[in-house]
Amino acid sequence: MTIRDRLLIFVGLGLAIAADLFLIWGPTLASVGLSTTDWDGISAINVVGAENYHDLAAEYPPFWSAVTNNLLWLAFLGLVATPLGLLFAVLLDRRLRFSRVYQSALYTPVVLSLAVVGFIAQLVYSSDYGVLNAVTGLTTDWLGDPSLNIWVVMVAAAWRHIGYVMIIYLAGLKAVDPSLKEAAAIDGANEAQAFFRVVFPTLRPINVIVLVITVIEALRAFDIVYAINKGRNGLELLSVLVTENIVGEASRIGFGSAIATVLLVISLGFIVTYLTQLFREPR
Amino acid sequence: MTSRKRKHPLRWLLYTFLSLAALGWSAPLLLAVYASLRPYDETARLGYLSLPESLTLDYYTQAWTQAELPKYYLNTLIIVIPGVILTLLLASFAAFTIARLRIPGRKTLLIVFTAGNLLPPQVLITPLYTMYTWIELPEWLSSSHSLYDSYLGLILIHVAFQFGFCTFVMANFMATIPEEINEAALVDGASVWRRYWQLTLPLCRPVIAALSTLQFTWMYNDFLWALVLMSSGDKLPVTSALNNLRGQFFTDYNLLAAGSILVALPTLIIFQLLHKQFVAGLTLGATKG
Repeated sequence: MTIRDRLLIFVGLGLAIAADLFLIWGPTLASVGLSTTDWDGISAINVVGAENYHDLAAEYPPFWSAVTNNLLWLAFLGLVATPLGLLFAVLLDRRLRFSRVYQSALYTPVVLSLAVVGFIAQLVYSSDYGVLNAVTGLTTDWLGDPSLNIWVVMVAAAWRHIGYVMIIYLAGLKAVDPSLKEAAAIDGANEAQAFFRVVFPTLRPINVIVLVITVIEALRAFDIVYAINKGRNGLELLSVLVTENIVGEASRIGFGSAIATVLLVISLGFIVTYLTQLFREPR
Repeated sequence: MTSRKRKHPLRWLLYTFLSLAALGWSAPLLLAVYASLRPYDETARLGYLSLPESLTLDYYTQAWTQAELPKYYLNTLIIVIPGVILTLLLASFAAFTIARLRIPGRKTLLIVFTAGNLLPPQVLITPLYTMYTWIELPEWLSSSHSLYDSYLGLILIHVAFQFGFCTFVMANFMATIPEEINEAALVDGASVWRRYWQLTLPLCRPVIAALSTLQFTWMYNDFLWALVLMSSGDKLPVTSALNNLRGQFFTDYNLLAAGSILVALPTLIIFQLLHKQFVAGLTLGATKG
């Protein structure tokens, strides 16, 4: 290799590493560090130890509603939306008329911004002239009632998530060796048996990826609730609480960083699991 | 023949179910289009689910001119086009050094890059915001004189946040290119640049097409980065500017519907035109190689 070659590698790869360190991992570590301080962004930094975490758990009611909502979001996407996406993929993975039309309809929402999904949700759920009340004859304030709104917003998020999961499973199912299914059919397995005993186990790598996408989407959820009511009044999420501490009136950087750190710890657990799966297999 | 007969009602059930699902899935978007065509006082009186007395394109004109949507589309392009190009340049070169040059520590690098892309943005946004306000820039780069509230700042964070995933996908793809191509070039004494730019990249066209479609859509749809890292209303990208159509005391949802449709339109068009690339992009990370 010539000096020019080495220089090119150094600069090209160096830029990538620098961007990753300065803009992603550096700030992430800084969040962890700042979470032990009472910094407000202006005055001197005082280390307060675990005080922020104590305050979070003991004196900040939105924190627990946010944790509950994030867990609900995760459970709803994981137990309802993701299986539905798989169901659609299985149903569409056969010779059907209009298969393209069905697929397009189901995954069009995937290209929409979640902020746009949030705005569209308001047309459906509006209490006075929304479609849902017009159809059902109810007068429920779907988005204003703090015990209800998280559920209907999760349905709106699932509208997009199901299509996403379906695309990935469809690609996975196409890669399954057709002779596997034929062999199962010859052995007398019905379609459900063939799927659960033969096809599904071969989808393991896809399942892990879908699981990770589901978790990440649940932890990242932000735009949709922010577009609806800035994530208040029943729609609190960890991501919103972090953002509120910057764009909000009070700039409580130490406190906001503590929430970010909680979010980081949860996501790292899943990220590590995913990467182990991804990089363990021989390629 | 008997099995054919037995299958028939099931098929019929399947088609009914899928048609209903497809209809249900399209309903919210169709409703948004419908609402955007009707005057506010009509829907306020009759509700969104009613027959129209009058249809108008007024809200589109209003969103286009009064809300100055063209300006915001332009802002989006100023951010997204350099964003996509830089992301792919950086990612393809990093992937090249990892997959083709097999530099030492390549596995660790790839893990760190990929993991960075999986983090929720909120875990790093607070220090990032502070750092952005500290970094000073000359007038010609940023009218706010800092990285905060500048196009450059948004481009940089998009690139940093997205290139990890692209590197991962492209490294996987490049690993499947036959080694002989590179070896022949080595014998010829080709430089690293020539092997990257002239020998490897042209073979990666399908991946590059898929990733640029996907990245364009992701960056176009971004709401959070601009919300936190921009303060001037007139520099916002179009997705974030949509929030401006919301009045302080009163929100005309029909106007918001027209705005939402206009904002969604470019991604919907891209999706129709580049359907194959988009789906390939989404599944590239899922199916290896």
